[in-house]
Amino acid sequence: MNENSQHDVARTVLTGEDIERVLTRVAFEIIEANKGTEDLVLLGIPSRGYPLAQRLAQRIAASTPNQLDPASLVGQLDITMYRDDLRHSTTRTPAPTRLPAGGIDGKVVVLVDDVLYSGRTIRAALDALSDWGRPRIVRLAVLIDRGHRELPIRADHVGKNLPTAKSEKVRVHLAEIDGSNEVIIEASA
Amino acid sequence: MKHLLSTADLSREEAIAILDIAEEMRETGTRQVKKLPALRGRTVVNLFFEDSTRTRISFEAAAKRLSADVINFSAKGSSVSKGESLKDTAQTLLAIGADAVVIRHPDSGAPARLAATDWIGLPIVNAGDGTHEHPTQALLDAFTLRRQLALREGVSPLGRGLDGLKIAIVGDILHSRVARSNLWLLNTLGASVTMVAPPTLLPVGASAWPCKISYSLDAVIESGVDAVMMLRVQGERMRAAFFPNPREYSRYWGLDDTRLKALEAKGHDTLILHPGPMNRGLEISSAAADSPASMVLEQVTNGVAVRMASLYMLLSGDLI
Repeated sequence: MNENSQHDVARTVLTGEDIERVLTRVAFEIIEANKGTEDLVLLGIPSRGYPLAQRLAQRIAASTPNQLDPASLVGQLDITMYRDDLRHSTTRTPAPTRLPAGGIDGKVVVLVDDVLYSGRTIRAALDALSDWGRPRIVRLAVLIDRGHRELPIRADHVGKNLPTAKSEKVRVHLAEIDGSNEVIIEASA
Repeated sequence: MKHLLSTADLSREEAIAILDIAEEMRETGTRQVKKLPALRGRTVVNLFFEDSTRTRISFEAAAKRLSADVINFSAKGSSVSKGESLKDTAQTLLAIGADAVVIRHPDSGAPARLAATDWIGLPIVNAGDGTHEHPTQALLDAFTLRRQLALREGVSPLGRGLDGLKIAIVGDILHSRVARSNLWLLNTLGASVTMVAPPTLLPVGASAWPCKISYSLDAVIESGVDAVMMLRVQGERMRAAFFPNPREYSRYWGLDDTRLKALEAKGHDTLILHPGPMNRGLEISSAAADSPASMVLEQVTNGVAVRMASLYMLLSGDLI
């Protein structure tokens, strides 16, 4: 990275507090769309989708009167082997897939990811999901939708719509992985 | 990683990366849909100039679980018996449309020759060459050890090496490519190795290897080891008398029932590994082969996962 370049601009679009508020709203949207928490499973896509799914699960579990265990709602779905760019990009190390004890057959699965961009990750996730079982409904929740879709895919629950140029980079930092909570947009000249 | 020819070429980071990927590959073997689409549309050729059951089937299963197409070639019943050269055979495979070649050959260095020349320019996996190397066997042995010890300690095996482990490799070291590949890899991963064999079955120059050498299996068992790897006595490669008779070999160098009891008496669970096929009653007794400490079948299961990881790494880009 060129430190002398005057064109590199990093701008914070969501602070840690903003992320908390956005996740609370998305959690309630998910409950509303599902008319409760029955059969609900949140699957995070590594790496940053998983901590987001955990945070959503905590909020959803806390909203129920009968003290639901958040761990029974949340899992992680690895999509590495289902990517369509394996041949062209560098080798990616797969992450574990962990499903909640109840599995996903007949469940309402909400896929959770940090940034929705081309839609190719979600396409891969849908393929991966069908190898693990047959959910009743699959929905998609993302923290940031930055546009520029390359596939006919849209999110059901969006934290923030962020219009971007393709040259810009959106970076999501989460305390669980990066040590801090914020969303940054980097414009390179 | 362009080729997988020798475990001596692997850095610690690369070796651990393969083992970590293999952990995830092993998980897919436990679910209902065991297939991954990672290598869809790619063709892997199994080029076997030497007999094999488990290695060939293991590579075939690994390639198929990654959705690759597999072409099996064995020298018996092929044009090799009409005198076709390795170069011509390999170039024929390229013309058919192979994307990677898994090769087993009775001559040491045949896979390295394929990799070093411009005959085909495909990723080459060494599936055993003469008495030289068998890297995927060493990787699956290391994977089995790492996984079992992590299970025992109740921790995740990911990212770990084999630091501080004491491992005895016992038997026909002279003819064993498995012993050589294991020695390099175990050293890279931080384990200390003792080779145990009759002096006639140790190669010239073994004293320069990074390992201890012992002529007494009983003394090594008494000193306490975390795992013993028994090697097959390779009768087909023996063109001289290396020991007086099988009973004497079994008495001095085999893992028989008495030594199995000695292992158990040491208290901590020593793992028993064997690359197969086993000569029951020669280098390993039936009681030892079927004991709870025996990892023989676990090794076969893990072999598929390790070979999936190897093919995946060779047929996608460079590791991040």
